[in-house]
Amino acid sequence: MALLQISEPGQTPEPHQQRRAAGIDLGTTNSLIATVRDGVSETLVDRQGRPLLPSVVRYHGEGDVSVGYEALQAAVDDAHNTIVSVKRLMGRGKDDLPQNKYHFAAGDSRVPRIQTVGGDVSAVEVSAEILKTLARRAQQQMGGALDGVVITVPAYFDDAQRQATKDAARLVGLNVLRLLNEPTAAAVAYGLDQKDEGIYAIYDLGGGTFDISILRFTKGVFEVMATAGDSALGGDDLDLAVSDWIMQQAEIDDDGDHRTRRYLARAARAAKEALTTEQEVRLDVERPEGDCWHGKLTREQFNGLVSDLVNKTLLPCQRALRDAGLAKEDIQDVVMVGGSTRVPYVRERVGEFFNCQPHVDIDPDKVVAIGAAIQADVLIGNRQNDDMLLLDVIPLSLGIETMGGLVEKIIPRNTTIPVSRAQDFTTYKDGQTALSVLVVQGERELVSDCRSLARFELHGIPPMAAGAARIRVSFQVDADGLLSVTAREATTGTESHIDIKPSYGLSDDEVERMLSDSIAHAEGDVFSRKLREQQVEAARTLEAIRSALDADGQRLLDSDEHRAIEQAIAALQTVGEGDDITAIKQACQAVEQAGAEFAQRRMDDSIRQALAGHKLDEFNT
Amino acid sequence: MQPLLKQNFFELFRLSPGYLIDVSELASRYRELQQVVHPDRFANASEQERRLSMQAAAHVNEAFQTLKSPLLRARYLLELQGVAVDQPLTMPADFLMEQIDLREQLQALPAQADALLALMRLRDDLEQRIRDLQQAFAAMIAVGDYDAMQALLIFNKMQFLYRLQDEVDSQEEQLSG
Repeated sequence: MALLQISEPGQTPEPHQQRRAAGIDLGTTNSLIATVRDGVSETLVDRQGRPLLPSVVRYHGEGDVSVGYEALQAAVDDAHNTIVSVKRLMGRGKDDLPQNKYHFAAGDSRVPRIQTVGGDVSAVEVSAEILKTLARRAQQQMGGALDGVVITVPAYFDDAQRQATKDAARLVGLNVLRLLNEPTAAAVAYGLDQKDEGIYAIYDLGGGTFDISILRFTKGVFEVMATAGDSALGGDDLDLAVSDWIMQQAEIDDDGDHRTRRYLARAARAAKEALTTEQEVRLDVERPEGDCWHGKLTREQFNGLVSDLVNKTLLPCQRALRDAGLAKEDIQDVVMVGGSTRVPYVRERVGEFFNCQPHVDIDPDKVVAIGAAIQADVLIGNRQNDDMLLLDVIPLSLGIETMGGLVEKIIPRNTTIPVSRAQDFTTYKDGQTALSVLVVQGERELVSDCRSLARFELHGIPPMAAGAARIRVSFQVDADGLLSVTAREATTGTESHIDIKPSYGLSDDEVERMLSDSIAHAEGDVFSRKLREQQVEAARTLEAIRSALDADGQRLLDSDEHRAIEQAIAALQTVGEGDDITAIKQACQAVEQAGAEFAQRRMDDSIRQALAGHKLDEFNT
Repeated sequence: MQPLLKQNFFELFRLSPGYLIDVSELASRYRELQQVVHPDRFANASEQERRLSMQAAAHVNEAFQTLKSPLLRARYLLELQGVAVDQPLTMPADFLMEQIDLREQLQALPAQADALLALMRLRDDLEQRIRDLQQAFAAMIAVGDYDAMQALLIFNKMQFLYRLQDEVDSQEEQLSG
């Protein structure tokens, strides 16, 4: 896999220049990329003028790969080497996989690998191919490499699925500014923040995932109040219901043949799409025996086939309302997102449920990418004085295994992120120096019913009597919804070392190896790639500290402090132009260390200013 | 002034400490704070600034959740006074009898013909009891010089009733499922 260029430090745009930022909707069926140009967010099209990139990757062997429409054409004839709906495999373990869909390679990696003529590939690598194709499109049309991207994920994606998405971006060297939840992105695209205050529901039925989010808007702030969904339910399932029906009607046996299945899925999808405007559709289906079956499907019959699936989306709607502490009447408007919301029956049922006419003004295929591009533009710093802010939540509770395989919740679902919570553990044997903790995600009470995220082991606990050690484990979920864990022994202050073994995701070593493999096939080598990355980080550090000094250096630092920081900056500048990766890294750390107190003061100062309008003497204890 | 992370949650939001607070005021201070500390404001900043921002935003979230929830706010006020909130406490017999009675009502519900209506009534009853306890608690805190054990007892009663309310919710979920 060839690599994308990352900005050379010398070429990074000046602070006040517009930076190149894009939003990417990495979808189950189709993917898109969008950017803000002249204040308008729009999707970028390929040479044929098409905005969609089918999320299909075909491996030809000898490192040759095709992505998009070209690959889609081979989805039936070269089914085993052509990967469709890879999003459904992201962050998944071997046990969750469709058995007959692909040939999975045997191996000891926790991450399943699909066998193709081009070698064994993981879902992360397949997704990386899609990202690379989109990023290249942007690079060609925007006059240079992207400085940062926002990638959208279903709100209901768990930690492993999010991490896998971020790993895919890392493989192609994209700077991920944020993983953004798809319904939240849609809300941004609709410009709901421009409206008056209100509470909205975003109903997002994509190709393979379903999300419902309840959001509140107040003065430019989007607060997600609750989110719910099903990360394995989407338009693919509607197609499956129709193709099952065709098989039954046309008396086609399910012999587990991949080709027939894909052929029927395509016919089913065409029928579904035709029925969005027509009342009935003719079906001409080739049977494996060679003859042809002719039939018709009415919209009413179709509605009957999918009604159970549509019902399945209404239960999460109910749950989200309850979690938000709201009734249906509190919802001002419903926004429809995702290609599957084109189905009239879906719109009808959702309208009935919320008792209102759902919004469908923006193309449901594009709306997520458009919103992501706006957020990318804000995050990269292209919009000055824009106070749009997104406050999102964690979709599924995080917990740990306790005695008897029970789950103790540490962070309940729908808690606003970022969040950190600490939990104390102790030893149960005298002299015990290690401890093992299993982290799970889900709502059920038994560990076996939840998704196991990672097992981590704490080492280096000082030997003490049983129950005397107090190990404080801190769980932190960042603004991307990703979990990290730290631990400290409280009585002695020993920092415990943590080994995290992800249950389904790639380990750091595996990502590192894929990175090296991909570089081996590309121009350049591992060293120059790493050097470039470190130089970019150095440039970023320098720019950040300089603009901080310009803004607040006089006010918040005395001359000694100022001088110490300037010295660290000078040292970084000196090594920054050389090729000693370690020296650059150390010099970066030295700058951060010298500026640590300054950064803290600036943070406190901005808080003070934010609340400056409120009198301090309001309280008197 | 003390650094942000050392301030208590009331100081952080510039609110006078007490059980009765203006929740909409709290929410608007919360938004003002997140506007300046949230990681979205530092997406392109240095590693260090991003880390600081995440810690600050998590702290502001924690503070907001604590003060917003009537139960967590009560607990926090007790903790500020140095009361060991999790100490085992013997609940009065009449209160326990009442709890048993309420629980029996809840368990008998699904078999009843007008289950949802009865559930609604039970919910109203619980809400009234909780309101009474909250008023008693607020009055005590407002006076300042209160008996810690007395306040802790009220807090524990609230905790019992909120837990029961959760069960009413999940019962309702099943009934209307």
